[in-house]
Amino acid sequence: MGSPRYFYNVAGKMIPWFAVSFLLTLIAGIYYGLFVAPPDYQQGDSYRIMYIHVPAAWMSMFIYIVMAVAGLISLVWRIKITEITIISSASVGASFTFLALVTGSLWGKPMWGAWWVWDARLTSELMLLFLYLGIIALYSAIEDKRVAARAISILALVGVVNIPIIHYSVEWWNTLHQTSSVTVTGKQAMSTSMLIPLLLMGISFKLYYGAVVLMRARAEVLERDRNTRWVRELVEGEMK
Amino acid sequence: MSEFLDMGGYAMYVWPSYGLAFVILVANWVSPLMQRRRILTDIARKLRRDKREQK
Amino acid sequence: MSTLSLTSAFTLLLKRDLVLAYRRRAELVNPLLFFVLVTAMFPLGIGNDPKLIQAVGPGVIWVAALLAALLSLDTMFRSDFDDGTLEQFMLSAHPISVLVLAKILAHWMITGLPLFIAAPLLAMMLNVPTDAIPTLMLTLVLGTPVLSLIGSVGVALTVGLRRGGVILSLLVLPLYVPVLIFATDAVKTSIVGIPTSAQISILAAMLIGSLVLAPLATAASLRISLS
Repeated sequence: MGSPRYFYNVAGKMIPWFAVSFLLTLIAGIYYGLFVAPPDYQQGDSYRIMYIHVPAAWMSMFIYIVMAVAGLISLVWRIKITEITIISSASVGASFTFLALVTGSLWGKPMWGAWWVWDARLTSELMLLFLYLGIIALYSAIEDKRVAARAISILALVGVVNIPIIHYSVEWWNTLHQTSSVTVTGKQAMSTSMLIPLLLMGISFKLYYGAVVLMRARAEVLERDRNTRWVRELVEGEMK
Repeated sequence: MSEFLDMGGYAMYVWPSYGLAFVILVANWVSPLMQRRRILTDIARKLRRDKREQK
Repeated sequence: MSTLSLTSAFTLLLKRDLVLAYRRRAELVNPLLFFVLVTAMFPLGIGNDPKLIQAVGPGVIWVAALLAALLSLDTMFRSDFDDGTLEQFMLSAHPISVLVLAKILAHWMITGLPLFIAAPLLAMMLNVPTDAIPTLMLTLVLGTPVLSLIGSVGVALTVGLRRGGVILSLLVLPLYVPVLIFATDAVKTSIVGIPTSAQISILAAMLIGSLVLAPLATAASLRISLS
């Protein structure tokens, strides 16, 4: 089950499903978010950045947690596929973190008047970006990629303490960043017409990550197994 | 239509956000595909060379 | 031949590292000198406004401590790695995490403790009010071991790499940030006169947490780096 060839083939079949459902939810989410959802009472149309910013931030944390869990499994059980998952997720995770930070600035400038503030949430999200970059840097610096995969397993695990800090930062400190408002009940709840596109975008980004991590992992599997017979047969088949 | 593009005056904040998201989504999609192609071509090249050396 | 007990092994390793460091006394001064110089540069760079200097004082001292710790981290495993001793340690019958703890303790005594001792001098240079100095010292004595502990994981991951130093900073600084934030917050709060039990408790918790977890992570990292 954990065999690389099996993974390569199964992943190859799964990717189109992820791709199509990603596109559908993306189109639905953006359509609802830009055309159907009404302007905000206080922020007008600038709040629509939320439909990019919030799902991107969710992904930045979600992907890191996936990496940390994969890291734990890799260290304990030494499964090749979980080892590959970490580096396969790192660049897309870093990208989402970067996206969250930049769209946050673009949203914050008209809202608070500042491109950046050093409050707890923004600072810890920035640290998350550095953690991702550190993982990518360490992996590329170590020549033996199997050793590299285990090294970043530890790094991913060590850095996971940052995730609760990001998540709870708005509760633990007085921050400029708004507190959690994605609830269905309670007085701070978002209206449904604004909530639906947000959830659609959240699901869409997750499906995107599913597709992308599988694509990246397939490439890594090929690279690692390049001298095996199944890969050679595969290449001869493809190159005909 | 122009009202929509104007985004209530916030156009220069909203559209770059969506634009950047688009760029990032495309880049992270294309990159692993190109990587896979590169690896396959590289392995094929080495296979051809090994075959030639065997003769 | 009798094998050493764990405590003896620990003490022996600690003494060895301290003696080796003492033999290179001149080098010991480097992180300390760096700490003092960097701290001194700030008033010169910022200008002579005493209020401004006082406002940035705690932050500057702590950032300088952070940088000094980073600079000195490499010495933790470098010479042992270079002459093969590190690989010998990995073959030990004793739990490597405990041996690692001895090395971390030695490292802290060599690099962190001097910072702690130099702190009152620096506090005076940066107009930190005398009442806040005990809090500053407390944050340093609680925080600098955390820097050594967390740093040890980073060094262990990069010890085999050629350009390890640059990556080390990238790996370790994001993890240092919480320590920096809570330590400086504690000092600034005490300058204003408000009790600092919350920040100090968090620093103490970080110390205990890293004391338990870091040696394990470092041992695992060494195993991976030396494989």
